[in-house]
Amino acid sequence: MEQKTKVIAENGKQELTITREFDLPVELVFKAYSESELIEQWMGTKVLKLESKKHGSYQFETSHEGNVVFRANGVIHEYVLNEKITRTFEMENTPFPVQLEYLEFEKLTETTSRLTILQLFKSPKFRDQLLQMPFAQGINMAHNRLQEIISSLK
Amino acid sequence: MNLRRDVFQAIADPTRRSILLLLTTQSMTAGAIASNFDTARPTVSKHLQILTECELLRQEQQGREIYYHFNPTKMKEIADFLEPFRKMWDDKFNKLEEIMKNYKKE
Repeated sequence: MEQKTKVIAENGKQELTITREFDLPVELVFKAYSESELIEQWMGTKVLKLESKKHGSYQFETSHEGNVVFRANGVIHEYVLNEKITRTFEMENTPFPVQLEYLEFEKLTETTSRLTILQLFKSPKFRDQLLQMPFAQGINMAHNRLQEIISSLK
Repeated sequence: MNLRRDVFQAIADPTRRSILLLLTTQSMTAGAIASNFDTARPTVSKHLQILTECELLRQEQQGREIYYHFNPTKMKEIADFLEPFRKMWDDKFNKLEEIMKNYKKE
């Protein structure tokens, strides 16, 4: 079966592409990216601030067992309803430089759509480091280990 | 075929994966790496040897000390490291889909 979510990271490049096809109209996918309450639900993060408009900014915060383990922020450069969001993304208290993200929302049919996210990093090295970060639990890593690593980056 | 040189074999071991994660953003000596594990030091040395043999780590002499560096170019051969990242987004997008399907019904 073809995977609904794909990640393309070519050797030696400073970018990566994430694509996803949704069984949802494009308007609903865009909405899920535009409203704080919805982002909080699907991203599992707290939205401290979100101004969904050109030159608006945002800040997300993730906690685990009462401790803040991750915070990210950015500025929105382009905001075109149901079409695209261009924004910066910066992980606070980490050695990672700010990234640039191009989100494109495409209508496929009345009830299906595609999201393409192009992430640009300062260098190929930072992209590779990000990919190696133990985001997912799938790598058999205890959660406290993950927290330890994130704390050590501070 | 030398199994030790097989990258997939190398990352099949959880201690070796932990060592790689430890070295993602910094280089360290064998002693400093070993201090992060309860495993006996010779065992950690063995793991470092295997990781070096399959080029996931690089050794660099700095004065009297040998520092281990992570070698990301080799890592790109490993779909296993891209997979957790993909899986993370897949899980989030599945959640998005589920939430927005309910949203639509309201």
